[in-house]
Amino acid sequence: MTGDIGLWGVPLAIFGGAIRVSTPFIFVSVGECLTERSGRINLGLEGTLVFGAMSGYAVAYHTDSAWAGTAAAAFFGLLFGLLHGWICKLPKVNDIAIGIALMIFGTGLAFFFGKPYVQPVAPDLPAIPLGWWSGIPQVQAALHINVLFLAGIVLALATTWMLKNTRVGLTIRVAGDSADAARALGIDVDRVRLWSTAAGGALAGIGGAYLSLYYPGSWNEGISSGQGLMAVALVIFARWSPINCLFASLLFGGAGALGPALQSVGVTEGYYLFYAAPYVLTLGLLIATSSTTRAMTSAPGELSITK
Amino acid sequence: MSVQAEIATLAAEKSGFFTEAMARKVQAIILPLAALIAGMIAFAAFLLLIGKSPLEFYALVYKAGFGTAFSWTNTLARAAPLLLAALCVALPARLGLVIIGGEGAIVLGGVAAGAVGMLTPNMPGPLGIVAMAIAAGLAGAIWIGGIGALRHYRGVNETISSLLLAYIAIALMNHLVEGPLRDPASLNKPSTAPLPDVYRIGEIPGLGVHWGLAAGILACILSWILIEKTTWGFAARIVGGNVKAAQVQGLPAGLLMIGFTALGGVFAGLAGMFEVAAVHGSANASLAAGYGYTGILIAFLARHNGLAIIPASILFAGFEASSGLIQRRLDLPDATVLVLEGMVFIAILLSDTLQDRFDLFSFIKRRQT
Repeated sequence: MTGDIGLWGVPLAIFGGAIRVSTPFIFVSVGECLTERSGRINLGLEGTLVFGAMSGYAVAYHTDSAWAGTAAAAFFGLLFGLLHGWICKLPKVNDIAIGIALMIFGTGLAFFFGKPYVQPVAPDLPAIPLGWWSGIPQVQAALHINVLFLAGIVLALATTWMLKNTRVGLTIRVAGDSADAARALGIDVDRVRLWSTAAGGALAGIGGAYLSLYYPGSWNEGISSGQGLMAVALVIFARWSPINCLFASLLFGGAGALGPALQSVGVTEGYYLFYAAPYVLTLGLLIATSSTTRAMTSAPGELSITK
Repeated sequence: MSVQAEIATLAAEKSGFFTEAMARKVQAIILPLAALIAGMIAFAAFLLLIGKSPLEFYALVYKAGFGTAFSWTNTLARAAPLLLAALCVALPARLGLVIIGGEGAIVLGGVAAGAVGMLTPNMPGPLGIVAMAIAAGLAGAIWIGGIGALRHYRGVNETISSLLLAYIAIALMNHLVEGPLRDPASLNKPSTAPLPDVYRIGEIPGLGVHWGLAAGILACILSWILIEKTTWGFAARIVGGNVKAAQVQGLPAGLLMIGFTALGGVFAGLAGMFEVAAVHGSANASLAAGYGYTGILIAFLARHNGLAIIPASILFAGFEASSGLIQRRLDLPDATVLVLEGMVFIAILLSDTLQDRFDLFSFIKRRQT
């Protein structure tokens, strides 16, 4: 049954877009969730994301394997996370300012090394065509789900379980809630935060690789538009729970897909305003969920922005 | 140390020249300078790693940024928006607010100025310029002051909200410039209608750079006076030190936050206005040129001090002015300057740890005992 499905195209495109656009958010926000649960805020994830996108693309191009590219992106993300964590260990360092510095540095480095990779084409990450049963092209497109999305769901579930039920998770949470209690337990707070930040960076790198290796699927200097930063806001909105990060990512993915979805049915007025939708949504949610009087529920006690 | 030596040391410390305050002042200049040099050395190492000559790089920076009169006009022209953009970061920073969305205020200020030029083109020149300045300043004040208000009333983290608002501002600018405010004659590059000639801002006589430079320098000096020499500035610095203590003292922390962020926004908006009125002639997408982000770095390098922002802006304007020459001569991408800036920024933030770790005048004191 093929044919014009008219305005049904919009919610369908939003659904498909939500899945497609949310995947990098899932990885970056779960990564940042891990970092913030340990008591540190990493604003440099935007730079890590962009560098992950560039390095993933470059390595995928040279090795002709998208998975190798993704692994490389994770590796470089880890390095950026380690850098952030190591510098923040030093006394009197403002971790928000360091995040901004690494954002600029990571982005600059990515643009610097990425110049020769704008034209060449690298292999894409595989996707599973879950819409094979339908004859309508839009349904097929919407249900063409990338493997990393499914990996992201598993990641969110696994991280939630890890934080709640394992020793490692407890260590991270104690370091994030009360550094004094952690030290009393003999935990090296700086080291826990270092490795949480590194893990967060690695996940952000994977999120970046998704951007360049699947959707939009190519490397250029405009590939990220603040996703790393939105993910940080998203973690606050999700109340530091990885499962909520998953749902929030889907919400943001849907908002981000609004622009292209409307374009696909021919609505071109207000193009830029629809593209601003995710940012407006992020800001609105941030405003709604912040408060000066109540301490934010379930905020890690040691996080500098909630103290 | 023997008792006599201890007394002698104390006497030397209290007497005349090397007071604690002086040591702090010297440290405040040496540390950022050392960090700048360290960052440049790290960048030189980076260049060596990729097989380029750092000496050639810095020689080209000197030549294109500071070597000739022509390069000076180029540099100073680029410094004008940077001065104002850096103030947008530095002023709220004295209150402890890290605001990095100045880019949004610049863009909206430019659009406001362009809109004034388009909607009311028949005013006499000076009045038109004042109208543009007010519109641009107001746009910036609302945008950045709004961030301060959100922080005070809702506790929203100002760093995140400022960057989000910057993205929203750019989207808004694109929408307005390509839609309601679009000049039908601008086909290839959508922009607002060109400003009437009498609204254009000219050059400082003899310098070849537009008046935005003078405005920027004046703004920096006024900001320094405001922060260091007035009671409001003093109150702001107390809020920056400890908000709760300030509130206990009865200081209107909220008003100060909103006031200073709005002032920073005014400066950023004016930067946008000068870009439109003195450089481009109309508002279009080239307003989002990254001045806001370079301004962040300049503000931190200058330790948020208005007077120090002036040389820091000129330095970074020189780096950016030389970017084109470096691209051509050394075959490096234009992101090279971004890498340099990032490294310098990291070095500056690292230098924070070294604060108060050195006893700067110990060698002199030891000699005196």
